[in-house]
Amino acid sequence: MAVDAFAASNSIGSRSLRFCGLRREVLGFKSLSSTRLVASSPQRHLKKVSASLSENGTSSKGFDYDLVIIGAGVGGHGAALHAVEEGLKTAIIEGDVVGGTCVNRGCVPSKALLAASGRMRELQNEHHMKAFGLQVAAAGYDRQGVADHANNLASKIRSNLTNSMKALGVDILTGFGTILGPQKVKVGSTDKFDGKTVITSDHALKLEFVPDWIAIIGSGYIGLEFSDVYTALGSEVTFVEALDQLMPGFDPEIGKLAQRVLINPRKIDYHTGVFASKITPAKDGKPVTIELIDAKTKEPKDTLEVDAALIATGRAPFTKGLGLENINVETQRGFVPVDECMRVIDANGNLVPHLYCIGDANGKMMLAHAASAQGISVVEQVCGKDHVLNHLSIPAACFTHPEISMVGLTEPQAREKAEKEGFEISIAKTSFKANTKALAENEGEGLAKLIYRPDSGEILGVHIFGLHAADLIHEASNAIAMGTRIQDIKFAVHAHPTLSEVLDELFKAAKVKVSVSSPVGEPVAV
Amino acid sequence: MLTLRSAQTLQLTPPRLLRPFSLLYLIILFISLYRFNSIQLNELIKPNSKTLNSLSFYTMASSLLQSRIPAISFSSSLSSGIQWRASAAFPAKPRRKSSPVQAKIREIFMPALSSTMTEGKIVSWIKSEGDVLSKGESVVVVESDKADMDVETFYDGILAAIVVGEGETAPVGAPIGLLAETEEEIGEAKAKAANSSSAPSTHPPAASTPPPPSAVAPPPPAKAAAPVPTDGPRKIVATPYAKKLAKQHKIDINSVVGTGPFGRITAADIEAAAGIAPSKSTIANVASVAATPAPVAAAPPPKAAANNFVEIPGSTVVPFTTMQSAVSKNMVESLSVPTFRVGYPVATDALDTLYEKVKPKGVTMTALLAKAAAMALAQHPVVNASCKDGKSFTYNSSINIAVAVAINGGLITPVLQDADKLDLYLLSQKWKELVEKARAKQLQPNEYNSGTFTLSNLGMFGVDRFDAILPPGQGAIMAVGASKPTVVADKDGFFSVKSKMLVNVTADHRVIYGADLAAFLQTFSKIVENPDSLTM
Repeated sequence: MAVDAFAASNSIGSRSLRFCGLRREVLGFKSLSSTRLVASSPQRHLKKVSASLSENGTSSKGFDYDLVIIGAGVGGHGAALHAVEEGLKTAIIEGDVVGGTCVNRGCVPSKALLAASGRMRELQNEHHMKAFGLQVAAAGYDRQGVADHANNLASKIRSNLTNSMKALGVDILTGFGTILGPQKVKVGSTDKFDGKTVITSDHALKLEFVPDWIAIIGSGYIGLEFSDVYTALGSEVTFVEALDQLMPGFDPEIGKLAQRVLINPRKIDYHTGVFASKITPAKDGKPVTIELIDAKTKEPKDTLEVDAALIATGRAPFTKGLGLENINVETQRGFVPVDECMRVIDANGNLVPHLYCIGDANGKMMLAHAASAQGISVVEQVCGKDHVLNHLSIPAACFTHPEISMVGLTEPQAREKAEKEGFEISIAKTSFKANTKALAENEGEGLAKLIYRPDSGEILGVHIFGLHAADLIHEASNAIAMGTRIQDIKFAVHAHPTLSEVLDELFKAAKVKVSVSSPVGEPVAV
Repeated sequence: MLTLRSAQTLQLTPPRLLRPFSLLYLIILFISLYRFNSIQLNELIKPNSKTLNSLSFYTMASSLLQSRIPAISFSSSLSSGIQWRASAAFPAKPRRKSSPVQAKIREIFMPALSSTMTEGKIVSWIKSEGDVLSKGESVVVVESDKADMDVETFYDGILAAIVVGEGETAPVGAPIGLLAETEEEIGEAKAKAANSSSAPSTHPPAASTPPPPSAVAPPPPAKAAAPVPTDGPRKIVATPYAKKLAKQHKIDINSVVGTGPFGRITAADIEAAAGIAPSKSTIANVASVAATPAPVAAAPPPKAAANNFVEIPGSTVVPFTTMQSAVSKNMVESLSVPTFRVGYPVATDALDTLYEKVKPKGVTMTALLAKAAAMALAQHPVVNASCKDGKSFTYNSSINIAVAVAINGGLITPVLQDADKLDLYLLSQKWKELVEKARAKQLQPNEYNSGTFTLSNLGMFGVDRFDAILPPGQGAIMAVGASKPTVVADKDGFFSVKSKMLVNVTADHRVIYGADLAAFLQTFSKIVENPDSLTM
């Protein structure tokens, strides 16, 4: 499943599954209108689901389940819950722990670390406290305590997920799921799983030590969040970024502002346009060394000597061992090819019946909530309803202090699209400095940016940098999902004084040429 | 920063420009001048004349300066700026007109973007050194307490040097960059930039930097020391924060010997090299061994330890307002001036009679006292003088009576300019206007910082006598007590009851001596006792 902002770096080991021991097989018959799906999800364990659906959801004669999901991450969990609600007999296969990357190694524990380190940062900021009239004696932290908080949170969420599925009657099958053929899935053993080679954010989340100086390879969401954690706990950070600028993927303006607030004033420096070609762990009294080469010329550029290195360049899909070869599906860079409805495409470009793939495994959008949304969309289709998920309505967030969030297109993307399709775009911006609640919190640093079509009032993208940006984005993402136009949403009322007024201001600042539209437009699928 | 600049300015601008509150007012000044219009560098790029800061440039109350403005603003040069400083003696001859118009190196100043902005942070330089700028182009993004704004240039030229780098902070009016007109001048501008950035007065370290401990500052240990023998040409490894600090304090990182793990240069090494106290920024992992909760409580509040003030439970701390901060700063500054006090009883019967008479015409007691003081000062110019540098008298050409007014928990001193020349009624009218403006917070800087002598009256509270603190930059302040019926005996032994008030003048003994003050008080007393001259 997906992870919200976590990428794993390497590898999760080979998954040669031996199917000795117990193996359960799920066989499917061909039922009449059997829609079956196998959704395979990303991440570490993939989940794939093969299911057959019989009429009205009672168990089909020949099939063990209507729907089998391989991988119990957030995507699989979301799909399972929705499937039960739709009356499908559902099983979920998990070879490791329930919750997947997000809950165990990704967004969830990292949020715990960020919550602790964010408070630490605040308490250390004498100027900030003074502005409230507060005095704080020397603030300090207990590393183990912080690490425990992250661990406890992960296990709590894990058991919540497990219990919610159990309570609804989802069968949780333990083992690695492998597709044997159409509508046929095998549950293998759980041994042979090698997770040791992962040195990455997984490890960092355990917070086993706080280095004086850590190099973070990659300055995307994950790297940025970790820099937030480590600098708050006293480390100095060096970013290594392959692209020419930090924070690729963010709207450039937001990235610039974020750099000004999250990087420049902190104990962080960076090397851009370089690859970390070789990382030598610390040993024999020598520090960790990282050799940098120019990203374009591949010439050696520099060598860093640091106390620790964190690889945060993105998570790899975990699609080996799924048995994709049995159904003639070839992965592309590890990702399972799918169409816009998550239907798996085989090597000949044909759709594989009854098999769907969601989450990190398809690489469309490696975010936990995207996986979950994809899973729900698949269940809808399995149940015979047309549903296409609009990925442009899926928000993303980076939980630094302050947070960054976005939905839809960035400004350059929007401009490109506008040029291609021949429409105009406009930009509206509002500042947190004008927001009462933000000022009350002494957190006036921030910007919200709206990219829209002045001719129709359609929202193309919203980007927020500021206090609680991750919570604020949903008004915009919902509007995009529902097809709500600016000229309509700007009449919606926001409580005062709240941060949500930042978006209120934003919508009001937009200059749309049409004044009236139907109260709620038709949802636009993209 | 401002005070340093002020000191420079003092010599050639009339001292009234730099009164106690000048810090505060600079800002207000900028607002009124810029009126939040689009900020263009034509207003910000001023000729490079260090002796003229923006304050004096715009305040121009004095006719002296006014006559020179054109020369200053449009054709200055580096060298002429220096010359001018040299010719700093008080009524400076306008010799700058004769100075040749040479290089056109203009300073780019930190603009004031809002009324509350005292310093601004450079968000980013849109242009880099060596870029050719054309009129109207955005050059730099400045962050104020309100917003980020692009600052444009009004001149064509070449961005020769960036004096204040990205992320650094500079006070309003400080030069942040240099603009050269031609390529030949770039070198000169760079040299200039190097000078100015090494001078702390033009380039203060970021506010967060701890002040250098005066006594403790060790000599930069590593600088100029022989390179530590290492195996081969080892590359220099410095932590991110160390690099930042080095840049901030202009330390050449290559000259610092690292003492951190693996010989790397840490922030502590840079701090040692810069001779500043180590910041206590290292964040303690308080309980890595014994993971017991609440280890923090044991630490005593460092603040209490620092200044030995016992913290009384339940006390509340209210930070100073801007005005209160300015007062506080001036009061502390006043401690450096050797003052003394002379008191004098003044009979007020005649004054009271006069007051009754002129009161219906709108004359206030304040105006009467100010007028009387001004007339006395006219006869005793030394009491209207001040000592700016510890080496000279500065005689003021006008007599401007500042009157202390308590306002909203603060204190401000509206100034009755040329109080000796205006008649009583005009003076009263003027006073009324000033008070209105003070209440509405609309006083212009020269209306509160141009005083040459201050009057403080607590008589209305029944205070019989008090002494006042001399505001820095002035020579004397008069504290007026209440007028009370007093039994007096004349030389023939007859008793009578006369109204008397005690006035007490605090003066700077470097320029005003006891006899000066006594003579002044005697004159003042005579004027008050025979007040008819006040109405003339």
